[in-house]
Order: sequence, then structure tokens, then C-alpha cells
Amino acid sequence: MMYEGAVQDLIDELGRLPGVGPKSAQRIAFYLLASEQVDVERLASTLIRVKNDVKFCSICGNVSESEQCRICTDTRRDPTIICVVEEPKDVLAVERTREFRGRYHVLGGAISPIDGVGPDDLRIRELLVRLRDGVVTELILATDPNLEGEATATYLARMINPMGLTVTRLASGLPVGGDLEYADEVTLGRAFSGRRRVD
Amino acid sequence: MPLYRDEAVVLRVQKLGEADRIVTLLTRKHGRVRAVGKGVRRTTSKFGASLEPGSHIEVQLHSRMPDGAHPPGSQRGLDLVTQTESLGAYGAQLASDYSRWTAVSAICETTERLTEEGEPALRLYLLIVGALRALVERVHPSGLILDAFLIRAMSNAGWEPALTECAKCSAPGPHTAFNVPAGGAMCENCRPTGSARPQRESVELMVALLGGDWTAADASNEPARRETSGLVAAHLQWHLERGLRSLPLVDRS
Ligand SMILES: [Zn+2]
Ligand SMILES: [Zn+2]
Repeated sequence: MMYEGAVQDLIDELGRLPGVGPKSAQRIAFYLLASEQVDVERLASTLIRVKNDVKFCSICGNVSESEQCRICTDTRRDPTIICVVEEPKDVLAVERTREFRGRYHVLGGAISPIDGVGPDDLRIRELLVRLRDGVVTELILATDPNLEGEATATYLARMINPMGLTVTRLASGLPVGGDLEYADEVTLGRAFSGRRRVD
Repeated sequence: MPLYRDEAVVLRVQKLGEADRIVTLLTRKHGRVRAVGKGVRRTTSKFGASLEPGSHIEVQLHSRMPDGAHPPGSQRGLDLVTQTESLGAYGAQLASDYSRWTAVSAICETTERLTEEGEPALRLYLLIVGALRALVERVHPSGLILDAFLIRAMSNAGWEPALTECAKCSAPGPHTAFNVPAGGAMCENCRPTGSARPQRESVELMVALLGGDWTAADASNEPARRETSGLVAAHLQWHLERGLRSLPLVDRS
């Protein structure tokens, strides 16, 4: 079923969002259509504001309201350890555990050949630049405990191990198949303290 | 048929909403099926690692739509995965071997592209299970396993490249010209200008891979393997409407 003009355009736009199928797109579109003018305007302006104001930290790739994020500029954080995660939301998950006092590197996803995402599509080059000056001595690979995350960690370990850094992976207390952000704080914290070296 | 059981290989997974996943399966008896795995991404999921790409599973599905409820060509509803049992976590066993993992991805994507929803494809099903198992058992180099799978899958789709005789006039070979659009090896009379001139060893390697002659395939040299990969990929891409995304990302090191 096709609608006319603006309504169909909205359904099409919503349908491009991750996890939103055609039916959900239709449901959201008609929900918005029936909503108060002021509510829709607030949503629209938030969307524009997030795109205009929120940037990505030039060092770690985390979301940030300034050129460099708060973690990268915090001198109390240990500059010798970098925790590599897939998405900005994973930084929050790790921060909640209070187990980690180093800095982060956000890859912007995981290697997934079937989706056309290869190593060059992630912020791997930026990571290598950060490792160049020898300050960093340990790299913790905290990609998601699913196959894409595992493959990404394998790729990184293979590339970085010869550089003489200690490369570790979160302990396998995390069940395979999941997203890092769904691990509860205790489990994730335990996975951190029990991290093991990858060769 | 609200509930049905089958064997399947997980070809692709996509995130859905908060914690669910849409999985694309090639089942043994029901062809390609798209289904929802509820809560798969929660770390406490009962499905564990069974709904990961490259997993060979026994699966129970709940069909959302009774057979025949759809007019032809309409979008089929997604089935629901209600139970799984692992027959071989091939993908999970290969995620820590980057070359083999990228080969798994290419095998899964090719399979997805060569099948239709709801149409049984038993031969291809057996081919993919065999290829995944061979990758895990590591008895052959992963590049050869991938190319053997691709060339046999093409043969199964009716796109077998001509190798031992001319693609146009069937004159017996060996021929030194190879032309992808024309269908493979070509004799000197039929060969269009601009045809490739692969080494004899490369064509022999393709014959070996197609026929399952692993003794010959394993004995092949590195340049022949590289050239064969290129020719097999070119032949496959020529027949598919859109290029495969995973094939250029396969790690052949
Ligand atoms: Zn930062
Ligand atoms: Zn001829």
C-alpha cells in the first residue's frame, strides 16, 4: 500500500532506520501524524540539534560536544591503556562498571563482510596512529561477544601483537551471541578484571 | 503448519529493535527462511550462540502465516524461532581465524543470493554444510574451500564455466583463452578479442575444484590459486545482478 506525497516520504525515511520494518515505519508515521504539533516540532528540532551540536571526539571517536571528549581530556585517566569498543554506547556500558580507568577507542562498528563492512570502514587507522608514540602499553579488545566482535578482535590482535603491546580480550564470562551493552555491570566488570592476553 | 522443525544453516543475522535478531536461514527442506529470534542479543538468551552466522542448527519455527495465505509475490511474514539445537557452531569456531571467517561470510552471502525464499535447495544446502565443515576441519587451505564451494554452487545454478571444452563450439581442449561473458574456456576460432589467457594450471585447478579432486587441488601452486580465485569471482559476479559485498573482503593472506 502506497500513500501520497509527504506521508509516504515519512514512511520511507523511517523505514531506513535500523530495526524499523515497513509495518513499524507506517505505525510511527501515523502516530506522528496524530501527535500534537508541539511534540513533533520538539522531536524535529532535537534531531537537527543532535546532528549540529554533537560531534565525535577527534581522538577516540566517542560522541562529544566538543572537539575532544571529556574522557580524552581528563588527566586523571590512565593514558597507557586503551579499551577498544564498537559503539559509543559501549563506552557507557564499560564506564558503569567503574572497573576501567584508562581511555577508549570507538571503532564505529565491527567487521562484517556480508554487510560490506571491512577493516577500512572502521576507525582502525586512527587507532594505529594513537599507538605510534609508545605511550600506550595495553590494548583491551572489548568488542561485542558475538561473531563479528570476535572476528574484529582477531583481526586487531593479529595486526597489533607484532607491535609489542599487551593485547587483551575480555574474559569469556560474557555469553556468546550478545551485545556488550546488555551485559550487567557485575558480569562486565568481572570480564574486565579477568581479561586474558591474546597472542 | 504453525510449528515446524528443520535443519538449517544461519546465513545472515540483522539486529532488530532492542534485543532481537532477524536471522536468514537456509533450511534443508523449506528453502530460505527469514525468522525472528526474540531476545537473542541479551547475554542471557536461551539461544546462546546458535543463531550466529555459519551455525548449523536444528531449529523449530513458528510460521506466522498458514501456507497459501499469501498471493504470489507478496512479502511473506517473518517466522519465529522457538527452539534451537546446535549441530555445529562452525561460524563460532572460525571467528578467531580471520581468513576462514571471511570465507564463511562469502559462502553465506553467495548461498543467500542463489536461493529463493521458501524454495528448497537441497544440493546447495549440502554444499554449504560440507564447505563449513571443511573450513573447521582445516584439511585444505581456506581459499581453495571457498573457490570449490563457489564453482560448485555456480554449477548447481546452471552457470558452470566451460573448462575442458570450448564454451561456444564445444571443441575439446585444453584451450588457452578464457572469456567470462562467453562462459569460460574458448578455442582459438571462437575466442573474442580481449579474452584472458590464464595459465594451464589455473584451468586445471578449476577442473579439480569442480570435480572434488582434492589431491590435485592441494598440490596446486600459489599463482594458480590466485588466478583461479580471480576467474571464479569474475564468473560469479558476471552472473549475479549485484556484486557480492563479502567477496572483495575475503582475506587470502
Ligand atoms: Zn575522546
Ligand atoms: Zn570454439
